[in-house]
Parts: sequence; structure tokens; C-alpha cells
Amino acid sequence: MGMTIVEKILARAVGQDSVKAGDVVEPAVDLAMSHENAALVINQFTEIFKGTGLEPRVWNPSKIAIIFDHRVPAESPKTATNQKKIRDFVAQQGIAKFHDIRGDEGGICHQILPENGYVRPGYVVVGTDSHTTSHGALGAFSFGIGATEMASVWTLGKVLNVEVPATIKVIVNGVFRQYVYPKDLILHLIGKITAEGANFKVIEFHGETIKKMPTSGRLTICNMTVEAGATSGIVPPDDETLRYLREEAGVKEKVEIIAPDSDALYDQTIEIDVSDLEPQIALPHTVDNVKPISEVEGVKVDQIVIGSCTNGRLDDIAIAAQILKGRKIARGIRMLVFPASARIYRQAIEKGYVSDLMSAGAVVMNSGCGPCLGVHQGALADGDVALSTTNRNFKGRMGNPNSEVYLCSPAVAAASAITGMITSPKSLINR
Amino acid sequence: MPKVVLKLGDDISTDIIYPGRFMATVLPTETPQYAFADHAEFNAKLKRGEIPPGSVIVAGKNFGCGSSREQAASCLKGHELVIVAKDFARIFLQNSINLGLRTVACPTIEASEGDELEILSDKVINKTTGREFNIVPLPKVRQAIIDAGGLIPYTRKRLLEERR
Ligand code: SF4
Repeated sequence: MGMTIVEKILARAVGQDSVKAGDVVEPAVDLAMSHENAALVINQFTEIFKGTGLEPRVWNPSKIAIIFDHRVPAESPKTATNQKKIRDFVAQQGIAKFHDIRGDEGGICHQILPENGYVRPGYVVVGTDSHTTSHGALGAFSFGIGATEMASVWTLGKVLNVEVPATIKVIVNGVFRQYVYPKDLILHLIGKITAEGANFKVIEFHGETIKKMPTSGRLTICNMTVEAGATSGIVPPDDETLRYLREEAGVKEKVEIIAPDSDALYDQTIEIDVSDLEPQIALPHTVDNVKPISEVEGVKVDQIVIGSCTNGRLDDIAIAAQILKGRKIARGIRMLVFPASARIYRQAIEKGYVSDLMSAGAVVMNSGCGPCLGVHQGALADGDVALSTTNRNFKGRMGNPNSEVYLCSPAVAAASAITGMITSPKSLINR
Repeated sequence: MPKVVLKLGDDISTDIIYPGRFMATVLPTETPQYAFADHAEFNAKLKRGEIPPGSVIVAGKNFGCGSSREQAASCLKGHELVIVAKDFARIFLQNSINLGLRTVACPTIEASEGDELEILSDKVINKTTGREFNIVPLPKVRQAIIDAGGLIPYTRKRLLEERR
């Protein structure tokens, strides 16, 4: 019996010819990523070594990445102190892939990893962040773990007691209509299979639509697979993956391409044709509460957010700038834009997008998670409605349990900023 | 006999269990004060020490969905709560095992606040209604971590074996 791509990656990571779903393995880790929660990882890591007589040393400092993104610049003395503790640890252990709060190389972890070429096809990647699923876009098996589990990885260089997940094959065909994007596809899929439809499983993406999709779009869809409960999403690497790694991530070394076997055993197969797909909206307060925009148009909004590890990339900002150029955001609406990395921010400046957005009335903020997780920057008032390109709309997600969050693509977010209500870009342009 | 102190529905996210705005607080000794922070009444009871250790939260499907934040498990562990849910989200379940928070997967559970539950190794008995519900056992490999007292002692043991 053949193997899925994740079975192949795990077989390699444990040095076996094959593994199958349900097997228990302890894969070697190629990249271990944390953000500010490294403060807790350090605490747990130190605990592990207590009483052993051994000096706490991480297994391999070149395979650890730490990126400050969740609360940057620090919103409180507590966060600042945690960040300082992490900086000290990074220096002491010699961790090289460290991205501090900087305008040259900072940004959101799920953008920093791909754009610096830290993730390669076939890698086993773990991160103390649920959206670590994103990196499946580059053909890695990449999944979220907790801080204690990461402390264990830092110690031993492998994940203990992992069950090889079963895989759902999702085949996507058809050409997106104008103003319909990978975000709409993934919202549609989550609505279809529900918030736990892929629990403990991997979603492997196939089909013509995926083949033609740029890596930025693949990152969007893999990012949100966790919203269906998936352990990871993954796109079998192809020419586009190589192009991205060479041209955008500056990778010079040989890249190994890994593919699933044609007779691999899948848990189930789902086929989607995107030809007639409308822009999709996830309504409060669950990500699987998805409706086509035609059923939601006209809902009044107070704050628009464009950014996050889901939709804060250059082409996301480009489409928003294109829609907003020469127009004005409705009075009474706040629009906040968070480029996913400092590099993207600078590119958006060079291309004139930042100017277009600001002239329309948007506030372009520093790269980072911003209001996505409700810690700082852009809090919502009681009763406020936010329309956001982020990935979660749970009650209280943006910091105020008495507010509502709708999720959408950057195009819908930009069009809605002009009218002050949920608006299809198509109907705006045709007005 | 432990009582059900809170009854919740499906898809209870980590944002409900431990809101993101408290994420700068990381230490397991400090997180319990923010357990269900936006559920003011329940949080106040926890803080006043009115919820005895071993008390049960009953929930529906996909408990702990969302973020990987370990605070969501450590804040409940700090109060020694037991979670009986129809099923759990993956990262939350693994975090609970790693930290020793007791989670019980019980797909057919029916219980109301105030009911008394007896939790055995293979079933939950609702003493108030007299009904019994089967438990889905954890995979053996997970049980090994629980038996070691959590992932920290388990990893420590493995570390010493490897360095020997
Ligand atoms: S942008 Fe939001 S979802 Fe992405 S890593 Fe940051 S907090 Fe998490």
C-alpha cells in the first residue's frame, strides 16, 4: 500500500521504509518554532533538567526559530519582561533564527518562516502556535503543539508518542471568479466539513486550482485547516514551491521534492469545484458558520482589519489598495491594516499600496498579530462589529466578548470599508 | 462524589477558557486566576475557592478548539477540575495530558449542573439520573505520559536514558 505525503515525511523522519496512519512514531524535528510563548517553553525546559545534574542545553540551536509577533511592540511591562527573558535565553543558547521587534526582519511567525526559507518540502515542523499548519503550503508536515511539548522537543529533538494521522484528500478544480480567492475556498471547505470535521487528521490538497495557486494562497488555505480541527494542511510541493523558495525565500541549496503515492490510502476524498463560488463570510461566533456573501450583504460594520498570518501578504494588501485607490473609507469606520512582515510592509510602501490605503483613510500599523488575538492595538467597543481577514471569530477573540467578528477575504474587507457594511466587491465596482 | 459545576455546549474555544488578553501570564502557578475570565460568575466562584478540587465541567463536542495556548489547560489544572466532554480538540487534549489535567472523552454524556458523577476507568455514572455513559479510552501511548506524571517527568526520564 502506498503512502500519503505525511506518511512519507514521517517514515523518513523516523528512518523507516514506511509508516501508516495510526502507527506511533517519534519523528526527528527539522524546525521548532515559538513566539512570545517561548517564555513558558523556557520555564518548562528548565524544569525538565531539574535534578538531572545536566546543564540545560537545547538539542540543536540552529533548528529553533523564535519570532516576536503576538504583542509587538510590547503592550505591557509583563510582556516586555518576558521578551527580555527570551532574548537572554536566545543569546545564551546561540539560537540563530531569532526575529526580534525590528523593521528590517520582523513580522508574524507564519510569514517569517516561509519568507526566510526556513521551511523546506519534507520537513517536520512544530510550532507553539495552532496556525503552524500554514507551513504545509511548502510541502512540510507542520503542526501546532503546546509549550511543554516544545520544551520536550528542545530537549530531545523529536516529538514523543505521535500517532501518524489519517489524511483527507481534498481535490479542488475550476477557476476562481473575479474577486474570489483562496480565503473563500478555505472558508467554504470549513463550512462544509465543520469546525471538527478534520479533527486529528491531515488535509492534503490536490487539483488544478491548487496547482495554479501561488504560495501565498496556499499559505492561506493551509493556515486555516486548523479551523476544521486538522493537525495540518499540506500541498504536495511542485514547480511553484520551487519558484517561491528560489525567488522569494532566497534558497540556493538543492530542494528535495516529495510526493504522495498514487495508491495512498485516504480517510476520505472531498471534491470541490470553485467555478461558481461566491465570496464567503464566516459569521459570529464560529469559523464554520459560513455563508455566501449574498446572504450577509448589508450587515453594518464598525472596524475592518486586514492582515494576520492568513491574509497579510503582499497580494492581499495589493487587492485592498487596488479597490481603495482613489476612494474613501466611510466615516465612522476604522480600517486597520497589518502587513504580515516588515519585508511585506516595505514592499507595500515601494509599490505605493501604503499610500493608497492611507489616502483612503486606513491606518497602516506595524507588522505583527495586532488585534487578531485581542491583546492590544484596535480593541473593539461593546456592541462593535468587526469584519476581518484573520482566521478566528470566536466570542471574545478580538478582546471583547461583547463584540462580533465576521471573517472574509481582503477584497470583501476593502469593499466593505467604503460602504460601511458587508459588501461584495463586484457590486461595489458595478455601482 | 464530584459534582457538575458548569455545563457548556459544543466548540468551547481556548479564547473562552483563557482569553488572549491574559496570555502574557504564562506560569502554571499564575494562570488559574483567569480561568473562564469572561464567564464572570464562574470565575468569581473559582477565585473564592467555592469549587472543590475534582469538580466536573461537562461540555459538548470539540472542547478546547482554537489556540495552542497551554494556559487553557494549566488554568483548569490549577483548580484540579475534571473535564468530561463529548470529544476534545487535538492540541488541547495533548496539553492536558502533558500537564496532568484530567480529561474524559464521553461521546454520549448527559448531565446537568448539580448532578453527581462517578467517573470510572471505562464509564461515567450519573448518580443523579442513574444513567451510565461509556468512555473512549486514551491511546496507550498517551497513558504512558500520564502514568509518568506528565510530559516533564516523562521527558526527563527519556533524557537520562539517552545520556546514560
Ligand atoms: S496573526 Fe493571529 S492567528 Fe496568526 S499567529 Fe498571530 S495571533 Fe495567531
